[in-house]
Amino acid sequence: MSDITLCGRIAPSPPCSLPLAGMGIRAGFPSPADDYLDSSIDLNGYLMSDPDACFVVRVQGDSMSGAGIMEGDLLIVDKGRPALHGDIVVAVVDGDFTVKRLHRRHGRLALLPENPAYPVLVPQSEQELLIWGVVCGCVRRY
Amino acid sequence: MSRFALVDGNSFYTSCERVFRPDLIGKPIIVLSNNDGCVVARSAEAKAIGIPAFLPYYQVRSLCRKHRVAVFSSNYTLYGDMSRRMMNILARFAPQQDIYSIDECFLDLSGMVTPLAHGRHIRQTLLDKLGLPSCVGIGPSKTLAKLANHVAKQQAQWQGVFDWADLTPAEAERLLASMDVREVWGVGRRLAEKLHQLRIRSALDLQRADARQLKHHFNVVLERTVAELNGVSCLALDDVASSKQHIISSRSFSRQVSSLPPLSASIAHHIARAAEKLRAQGSTAAMIGVSIQTNAFGSATPYHGYTCIPLLQASDDTLSLNQAAQAGLRQLFQPGLRYHKAGVVLMEIGDKAIQQQDMFAPAPDPRRARLMSTIDQLNRRLGKGSIRLAVEDISQDWQMRQAMRSPCYSTDPQQAIMANRQAHTSAPTGYRLYWPRRQPDSGNE
Repeated sequence: MSDITLCGRIAPSPPCSLPLAGMGIRAGFPSPADDYLDSSIDLNGYLMSDPDACFVVRVQGDSMSGAGIMEGDLLIVDKGRPALHGDIVVAVVDGDFTVKRLHRRHGRLALLPENPAYPVLVPQSEQELLIWGVVCGCVRRY
Repeated sequence: MSRFALVDGNSFYTSCERVFRPDLIGKPIIVLSNNDGCVVARSAEAKAIGIPAFLPYYQVRSLCRKHRVAVFSSNYTLYGDMSRRMMNILARFAPQQDIYSIDECFLDLSGMVTPLAHGRHIRQTLLDKLGLPSCVGIGPSKTLAKLANHVAKQQAQWQGVFDWADLTPAEAERLLASMDVREVWGVGRRLAEKLHQLRIRSALDLQRADARQLKHHFNVVLERTVAELNGVSCLALDDVASSKQHIISSRSFSRQVSSLPPLSASIAHHIARAAEKLRAQGSTAAMIGVSIQTNAFGSATPYHGYTCIPLLQASDDTLSLNQAAQAGLRQLFQPGLRYHKAGVVLMEIGDKAIQQQDMFAPAPDPRRARLMSTIDQLNRRLGKGSIRLAVEDISQDWQMRQAMRSPCYSTDPQQAIMANRQAHTSAPTGYRLYWPRRQPDSGNE
């Protein structure tokens, strides 16, 4: 049972800047001439350092609730970023996708849930564990 | 010395499917054409089982069941998106990129000190960032780069990256001698048969052939191919691209442009040109690649925008194709940059006669087909581009400087005829075909 579904792609939209402090919303093309760029945020740029390598997945289940990742959240997954100890990753276990925290210390390898109701996954070897990508953002609507 | 790399995805469609289905790693996969008709892509495992390409699916169904082959209908939205990502990533590796098909592009590596290491880095980056396996072939001309790519694919010891410079001249000769002339870029099956009759059997035979004699027997492209095999870069993509797979039209501008109208005009022009070719051979296209780029040299912010637009319904209609391409352009366009090149690639080319109707798409208007054939006839009679989309005329800024170009006597019968007529000093008064979404400044009906 996989605990994410793939939601497909991020639309290659032009950057869209929103002002950080609210006097209404300005949306449109940023230009190098904009001298108030500091005060606005491009959400795509904020969430993704390399949009070409980023994919969006939707979370199923609550195994990562301790890390603030809830059922239905959209995760931005950077496939190109190297997975380091402590990163939240999308991994493939027995052919299924799963979101867990990567533990990689002292030759020990494990996928840690952030919810005591779930077991720690310990792959038998490095070969058996495929890290699909590193989670670099989480989007939720209220 | 010039130096090119050809990068292409291994079994691209099946690799795209596998990225999102890691349970299929190491398992055979095939992808079927529109409406699940034929096998259009096979993973290495599926090839090993002996599933032939381009066979109707029902003929291989039992074989697939027996070997538990994963069978996918084609998902052009997915392949188009993965292609866009792949091309965007590849654009970072060279100042000049020529996109050749959905999963292939040439990169200009001229002046690079360690092209082989660069090639390995390219391959690893595609694997890391997208999970797509690829092969890289490197050589002093595009033809040799393409041949090198073939070597990288066929011979496992190169681990996916092969550079001719890695071989001694004697080794290179032996390798060329072992390759059938059919493997050379631009030499199709039929041309290969004719060359065989002239005792030109291997790539080495062609490299050593008398180029001028071949030009006499065949055409100038083959003459240039011989030069390319000898390390002289002289072929443009449009010369060689097999129109049965993809049709390319692209061009550099006479001067850099930074606003949308001239880019729109040039994209419309390229679509019109490519669509005319498409109709001439009785095909339709199901996917359009659109690219715009800034000059990599001397530009503060090099940018190469590329996107792939899948069509709901394969088409040969200039207006429909242009509509999709213009939507792609609007996605790519970033203000404040100075663009120096734009182009389109028509992909997923199929036979119009065997094309099936999408049950849910509106049936194409038969009047549009008549309109297109009328335009083609008029353009043949009155000269290239006599009837064109109005949007092509909203700006002339993008056109290539070619005031001194001689007419295309040999390739354009119309221009050959014109040579017999009185030279006209003013531009011919052409009819204009108005694009429905008319630009405000072109509204003089």
